[in-house]
Amino acid sequence: MPSPVQVRCCDASGCRSAGSQALRNALEGARDAAGLDPSQLTIKPVGCLRLCGSGPLVACDGPGPTQLFGGMAPEQAGALIAAALPSSPAPGSGDPLAAHRLDLEAPFFALQRPVVLEGCGQVDPESIDDAIAFGTYAQLQRVLQELSPEQVRDEVRRSGLRGRGGAGYPTGLKWDTVALQPPGPRYVVCNADEGDPGAFMDRSVLESDPHRLIEGMAIAAYAVGAERGFVYVRAEYPLAIERLRLALQQARSRHLLGNHIHGTSFNLRLEVRVGAGAYVCGEETALLLSIQGQRGMPQPRPPFPAQSGLWGAPTLINNVETFTAVPAILRQGGDWYAAMGTAHSKGTKVFALSGAVVNTGLVEVPMGTSLRTVVELIGGGVPDGSPIKAVQTGGPSGGCIPAERLDTPVDYESLVELGSMMGSGGMVVMGQSTSMPEVARHFMGFSVNESCGKCVPCRAGTVQLAQLLDRFVERRATSADMERLDALCQMVKVTSLCGLGQSAPNPVLSTLRWFRHEYEAACREPSGCVATGRVR
Amino acid sequence: MAVVTLNVNGQDVAVPAGASLLEATRAAAADVPTLCHLDGLNPVSSCRLCLVEVEGSTKLLPACSTAAAEGMVVHTHTPRLKEYRRMTVELFFAEGNHVCAVCVANTHCELQDMAVTVGMDHSRFPYQYPQRPVDASHPQFTLDHNRCILCTRCVRVCDEIEGAHVWDIGSRGGQCHIVAGLDEPWGQVQACTSCGKCVEVCPTGALFRNTDTTAEKQPDASLPALLRSARDQHRWHNQ
Amino acid sequence: MTPSPAAAKLRLATVWLAGCSGCHMSFLDLDEFLFDLAEKVDVVFSPVGSDVKIYPENVDIALVEGAVANVDNLELALQLRQRTALVISFGDCAVTANVPGLRNLLDGGHDGAKAVLERGYLELADATGQLPFAPGIVPELLPRVLPLHEVIPVDLFLPGCPPSAERIREAITPLLAGDRPAMEGAAMLRFG
Repeated sequence: MPSPVQVRCCDASGCRSAGSQALRNALEGARDAAGLDPSQLTIKPVGCLRLCGSGPLVACDGPGPTQLFGGMAPEQAGALIAAALPSSPAPGSGDPLAAHRLDLEAPFFALQRPVVLEGCGQVDPESIDDAIAFGTYAQLQRVLQELSPEQVRDEVRRSGLRGRGGAGYPTGLKWDTVALQPPGPRYVVCNADEGDPGAFMDRSVLESDPHRLIEGMAIAAYAVGAERGFVYVRAEYPLAIERLRLALQQARSRHLLGNHIHGTSFNLRLEVRVGAGAYVCGEETALLLSIQGQRGMPQPRPPFPAQSGLWGAPTLINNVETFTAVPAILRQGGDWYAAMGTAHSKGTKVFALSGAVVNTGLVEVPMGTSLRTVVELIGGGVPDGSPIKAVQTGGPSGGCIPAERLDTPVDYESLVELGSMMGSGGMVVMGQSTSMPEVARHFMGFSVNESCGKCVPCRAGTVQLAQLLDRFVERRATSADMERLDALCQMVKVTSLCGLGQSAPNPVLSTLRWFRHEYEAACREPSGCVATGRVR
Repeated sequence: MAVVTLNVNGQDVAVPAGASLLEATRAAAADVPTLCHLDGLNPVSSCRLCLVEVEGSTKLLPACSTAAAEGMVVHTHTPRLKEYRRMTVELFFAEGNHVCAVCVANTHCELQDMAVTVGMDHSRFPYQYPQRPVDASHPQFTLDHNRCILCTRCVRVCDEIEGAHVWDIGSRGGQCHIVAGLDEPWGQVQACTSCGKCVEVCPTGALFRNTDTTAEKQPDASLPALLRSARDQHRWHNQ
Repeated sequence: MTPSPAAAKLRLATVWLAGCSGCHMSFLDLDEFLFDLAEKVDVVFSPVGSDVKIYPENVDIALVEGAVANVDNLELALQLRQRTALVISFGDCAVTANVPGLRNLLDGGHDGAKAVLERGYLELADATGQLPFAPGIVPELLPRVLPLHEVIPVDLFLPGCPPSAERIREAITPLLAGDRPAMEGAAMLRFG
């Protein structure tokens, strides 16, 4: 029997770094001081409440509408408890928390369409009971008891879901490919090695609703005939790892993992594998090698993991967001999911909004929503009110989309057409003062550091590209450098072995395409070099 | 024997099913250049020199690790492939410390030859002059990291043919380097049998016999193929 | 390149920057071809063929041996580029910095000049060692040794350590006729 009043405190990394744990302790103290017990007022740690930039966030559910507060200090705990109680007067001019009230009707919240994130901020990520009460694992049970693997795959295929890791490969097709391999062992792998700068969607899901991911993976394992799986999480996400491990342990103890799940013949063992900090291990073939204890280096494809992955067996590898979307698709039906989005990009997509934007945080919107809606309406634009210059999507593999293209709908194809890519969902807003050659150099520096070193275009080409970009940033480039930059970008893009190298020039190519004048302005004539007598 | 037929640079060729695209281009005498590939070792497609264009494929494909397929139409020396190959070789030269004039492998170096093959008269990319050590701890051989191009032939021949797995790769990106044992001085690695296969397959002067000085290294890169066929078919080449 | 009128002889310079002069020795190995050459060119500046100290104007072809390692090299390189129609990077030192460039490896790549001077004049000297200091007389070393094309635009590359006399002849002969040599194949291109 839930208490009439519930106070949800965000306990994900973002709000934790803003002091949410101290706030929660203070709230518990204030509740006791007010003479209330947990049956009257529940204080529940939950996952991400979205507006990370205004943390720590607290949501109060009572008989009336939910109230959301941001930037709360522990000293305000008493006032917050008072505001949460049904007896509290309607907020008026004397409201001590007026500056902290966040409007849930504002576009940032109102325009969101939570599917993947539906449990984020609702459930206690460390409680399987809470997850089950929210409906998690219900689809797993239904699937195991009522559907054949073919029916599950059919539903996923109908949903039009595409891989949320960046490349957008049709999920149903991938599941079919794995399922239709010759009999033998199979694996499911969740790629939670989220490494793009500016991306924190997967971390938020893992920290906020790990049981949902486990349910999605279990359904996938059933659909492709796998009995063993791994979640590969980067070591930089300690809280996510902790909660995922706890969730797996809880799921095992409830027999939601293990042998004969729900009394069927379906068995599944899931384990966490922690990455050691290499960005390249987010590339699927490198990730699979890393799981096997090998050096994480991309391998030529084919063979694709779906044919030959872990220990040579067919392996289904999907991203966190992809797996997490599956339970909702099974619950509401593939057609429901496919009704959202565009012709070729169905459903919703989670974005991590950051940079020069008022509302920093996690956003889930239907595919096809325009970039302008996301960054100006939901994001609130640049804090000083000046116009947006560009939006960077796709991290070091993506590109910068100029302000004049903000009306582009966000889907896989449109972003690629603009020289960027969906990527995992990082979206960095840039204001007028941002120098594009500097942005390009920043990302190239990232690629230099994170190249695995296997193939020469990526290993040595990115180093040369970074040095060329230095010349532009330091305004000592020549027109010959411009030609060299163009040529080397093409070469690295076309000849690198894996997707990381192939996309490493994208930040340069896209800024060259839309902001070429900034590069040209950084050039001086070669004669200038000769005349000044300065060695280049 | 099942065969596949394909077209390389306008010439029809037939190769056994399962053959690589590289073997197919050889059947057409197309002279596709390679540095990391060596017959007898598993391909790794890391040098990117053997990339070819296959009609119908949007991507360039590495000939060494792509299977030849029926009906493929392959182009091996288009202008852009030639330009990419030259840039690739320039990147190799610029990222290490390759001073041909004073190198033990001068006149017998595959990288030096490759510069000629791709028509590289100079590097358009500045030389990086990386700080790299020399491992002279082994009684018979030396590893000069300055000349290493990370082809991993040594890694593979030691693992796949000799079975000792002395070599591996450490670090990443431009810091990548070959490591002996658990990143120890080579001379202290007990797994090393001192067979010298790594020295024979090294395309440059990175691995050499201590007795060789400038321009004296004369490697024999045919060793892995001979050993592999000897094992697979129980035949030595002189039988 | 715009060669002088056919009647007039081409004005040829050979320049010696930071190199061992081996490329010039190889040039002298042209032997009797030097007589043919002398009929077609005026050697207007050369450490082995003239006594001129100032690089002249209106040079048609310059063979530039050596890397750019000190301020004199740099000044001469910039000057010859302005006064020469066709500049040839002559030999591996000019093309790659080669052996002189090895000092770029010292001092973590920051100031190889300082490192090499200290090694040569202090560490290996007896008690009276001192660094050379004679402004205007002994040219200062540049922090980094550079191949010629990283300092000035270069029109033709003639690699080799040294390029053989044969290779030099094959490269020069078409130039004398106003053509560009085909720099391809091991006979013309090989480093080392």
